[in-house]
Amino acid sequence: MNPKEKGIHIFLKALPKNIFSGFVVSLIALPLGLGLAMASDAPPISGIITAIVGGVIVSIFGGSNVTITGPGNGLVGVIIMAIATLQLEGAYAAIAVSGGLLLLLGFLRLGKVADFFPSSAIQGMLAAIGLIILGKQFHIMLGHKIVRDSNLEYLLEIPHTIFQSFNHQDIGLHYAAIAGVISLGIMIVYPKLRNKYLQLVPAPMWIVILSISFSYYCELILGTPNVIHPDYMISGIPNVEQIIADVKLPDFSHINGFLFWDSVISLTLIASVESLLSIKAVDKLDPLKRRSNVNRDIKALGLATIISGFLGGLNVVTVIARSSVNVNNGGTNRSSNFFHAFFLIIFIALFSTQLTRIPLPALMAILVFTGYKLASPIKAKQILLIGKEQIIIFMTTLIITLTVGLISGILIGALVTLLMHMIIKRNFIFFFRYVFVPNVLMFKEEDGEEDKEDSYFISVKHFCTFLNYYKLKNKLADIPETADVILDFSMCEFVDHTAMESLNNYQDMFTKKGGNFEINGLDMHNSDTPHPFALRRVIPVAKMLRDVNFTKRQNQLKEIAPRYLLNYYSRKRKEVEFLEHFTYFNTKTVNHIYNQLSNIETGIHLFDVEYSEGEFIAKEVIRSTMLLIKPQSHIPDFTLDKEGFIEKAYALAGFKDINIEAYEDFSKRFYLKGENITDIQNFFSDELVQFFESNPYYHIESNGKGILIFKKERLASIKELKALLDYGKRLKVCIEETVHTYS
Amino acid sequence: MITTHYNTIGIGIAFSPNLKANIYEAARLALCFNARLVLIHVGNRTTQKEVTLKEIIAPFKELHLEYKVVYELGDPVEVILNAIKVKKIDLLVLGALQREKLVKYYVGSIARKITRSASCSVLLLIKPSVERVPCKNIVVNGLSSPKTEATIATSFYVSHKLEARKITIVEEISQQKVQVKVEDDKTLRKATIVKERLRLREESRVKKIVTQIPEDYKKNIRVKTQSIFGRRGYSIGHYAQLMRADLLVMNGSNHTSFWDRFFTHDLEYILRELPTDVLVV
Repeated sequence: MNPKEKGIHIFLKALPKNIFSGFVVSLIALPLGLGLAMASDAPPISGIITAIVGGVIVSIFGGSNVTITGPGNGLVGVIIMAIATLQLEGAYAAIAVSGGLLLLLGFLRLGKVADFFPSSAIQGMLAAIGLIILGKQFHIMLGHKIVRDSNLEYLLEIPHTIFQSFNHQDIGLHYAAIAGVISLGIMIVYPKLRNKYLQLVPAPMWIVILSISFSYYCELILGTPNVIHPDYMISGIPNVEQIIADVKLPDFSHINGFLFWDSVISLTLIASVESLLSIKAVDKLDPLKRRSNVNRDIKALGLATIISGFLGGLNVVTVIARSSVNVNNGGTNRSSNFFHAFFLIIFIALFSTQLTRIPLPALMAILVFTGYKLASPIKAKQILLIGKEQIIIFMTTLIITLTVGLISGILIGALVTLLMHMIIKRNFIFFFRYVFVPNVLMFKEEDGEEDKEDSYFISVKHFCTFLNYYKLKNKLADIPETADVILDFSMCEFVDHTAMESLNNYQDMFTKKGGNFEINGLDMHNSDTPHPFALRRVIPVAKMLRDVNFTKRQNQLKEIAPRYLLNYYSRKRKEVEFLEHFTYFNTKTVNHIYNQLSNIETGIHLFDVEYSEGEFIAKEVIRSTMLLIKPQSHIPDFTLDKEGFIEKAYALAGFKDINIEAYEDFSKRFYLKGENITDIQNFFSDELVQFFESNPYYHIESNGKGILIFKKERLASIKELKALLDYGKRLKVCIEETVHTYS
Repeated sequence: MITTHYNTIGIGIAFSPNLKANIYEAARLALCFNARLVLIHVGNRTTQKEVTLKEIIAPFKELHLEYKVVYELGDPVEVILNAIKVKKIDLLVLGALQREKLVKYYVGSIARKITRSASCSVLLLIKPSVERVPCKNIVVNGLSSPKTEATIATSFYVSHKLEARKITIVEEISQQKVQVKVEDDKTLRKATIVKERLRLREESRVKKIVTQIPEDYKKNIRVKTQSIFGRRGYSIGHYAQLMRADLLVMNGSNHTSFWDRFFTHDLEYILRELPTDVLVV
């Protein structure tokens, strides 16, 4: 079977699963599509059109694998404003143009506009969108339709509406409110129920089924028309012929106006942000661990949006909730997105009249719930945990977005973030000086060891914040997730929350796909909160004496310590005399050791050490991870190193290489040096030589009392550290056995 | 094989706090290379200045250092560029601040201006020291450029004379050469393969250059090659800083050929923020 046939075979085999998953997704997409469209003040059917166009176009042209596309939560707020200012036909034109813009961004590979905004500002914006949805729909949910000018007024009137709902004059309105409250109850309780038959149908579909059955119950059993007030029923679901006949052509007459372009840019921005966040999140869910082609997906979404705009639909975006339902139900490729559209067409064709039996409050309860999810106080609490400055950014963005608008909100959010960074860093010029300068170096470490896996080293200078994070991200994107990566921040003075959060995502991704991603050099940086994503900066020495919050590496060290029967001390230790008799440190000054893992009884002592070479202006500060083992008996002074690593031992230049007879290969590959040649030659027994020959290279040095082992003049990653520990332990055992025989 | 010899070493001096350290460095270099030392000062000749210089250089006089002091008035950049030609200077030593700041005498953009247009090699010192700090680790560019061969040869010549122990030749490969944009797993695999091929090609090119270096110069020196995919001119500086290189050797910027215009630009990253002592060949 050639690869192509094989591909088709796999595709066919996975097809039934994808059809099923597409069906389940369509069950949610139907009520959500209707609800989102109505929340946007657009005709309910436009939401379904959006989902159908999105499902067909993006499944054919897209670049992601298990995402579902359709109308999105985030866009509700923008579409309301677009329709209010441009009328429905004008809004369709704005949607079509924003699709064109998105397509262009995809071709220019600029789809990643979301990368340029600070994470807390995006969170604030999404929360504001949540509040806009919730504020508007809450009133309809309780049977109290109102029209106000600003988003804030809707929110402020919520208490009044709650009070009002108990005093409805019309009994039909009471029923409407009850339908709304029950539906909200279903949305809240459903995720907590763990019944596998109940879970087969998603909560929004339960609401649809229950409301339609209730309507039939009234009609057939009670013999009355639906008790819910007729104004609170979905109206105007056309059948297929009507949809085709009624297609409203976009009206481009506003194209020269400022308001038109304001809408277009808001639509494009939110569509790309929402899609990208979703694609990134869904990639993490993908059971086959594939990497989505983001630019291709953006292009497909742009194309779909253009078509949708012309057919009377809304912006097509990638949506996280429906995508995760897709993954959970066994969706494995884009065909599930296609089938979700296909089933939607069937629903509309066969059951469009049934949909008018759904009460509006029930549908709006679904939206109130999603709006609440976006803006829940838990989000704000989580952000507060990351840092006080983040909550200021979050709240500013949220308030500006609610009162002024989306674009102003996100821009002011970015500005406030920059300001916060300047205040925290107490330096205003710093960020401007380096913002346009390259600051990332990435290279593949070449150890000369053939069997070693790819290992990449990345070093970041100056600062790493939302302003220049894309530079680091571009480098990271070039690394296969199966590789080993060490990201070093020791030359970087300031790392912000946006970068930390995204890097954490990378770490997860690498772990999932079998790679290893470690962040080093943040131990000197401090943060105000213990949150792993908190902003970090280099702080003056005096403050270091305080308890600092642990970095991820430190936490891992603490975690692995008991497993190796070691104790962990993070604090600096200034008493480092025990290192001074090692020739390696002859020409160096040891400042302190820190991050110690030790066990006195077994004689194992692992630590990070900071030392300096040279003095005054020529001074270089180096940090490295080393292991000290103390075998039970006397050992001669010696230095053993890889042939060629002379500069490490240049202080020993006076001594010549000692040969161990009968081991020519060993003598050729290693430099062995020391004063007492006979002692050393006796010490290097057959077992020991064989041990060195068959294990990876380390720099090894004995001062008679202990043996110092390390590999590189930099901090070791956790993985390297474990290897070092293991090597040291085995070496110790080997030495103890041989010393025994030789004495 | 072009081999450089530094027979005359020049140093631009200002009576700054770093004067002694700068002269010590230059004088030590002159002794290492067996060269004459020309001290160029843009300013008046005064007895006090003469006495100070004499005092500083005295210990080297005992070691038979041949030296000469030139006093001249005028625009510092022009005076020094002119002196290079007149005195046939092969290597000019200048003290420089690590980061370019507002105009300061010598210690600022003057050093950079000279570097950009000097016809000889220029050594920019950011941390001159009175005591000798051994130069152990040298990083040199291995760009694919007609000049690289001479630059690598020079760096071997320098490291031989200074008894350096390690030379790392860095081939910077610009991202555009890869031509494959990483978008998904497939393009990533493709890009990784293309990169590996480019890396091997660059490495064999550099190895070929190294084989032409006289054996004598290669004795006791460990040669390593490292290819880096990234912004040319920037990456090597960052790498040199990360690896704590004692000297970074870069191609110079004569305005002679089409290629050089690119390298001028590359050098600007280094000049903007000197990662370590820099020798521009």
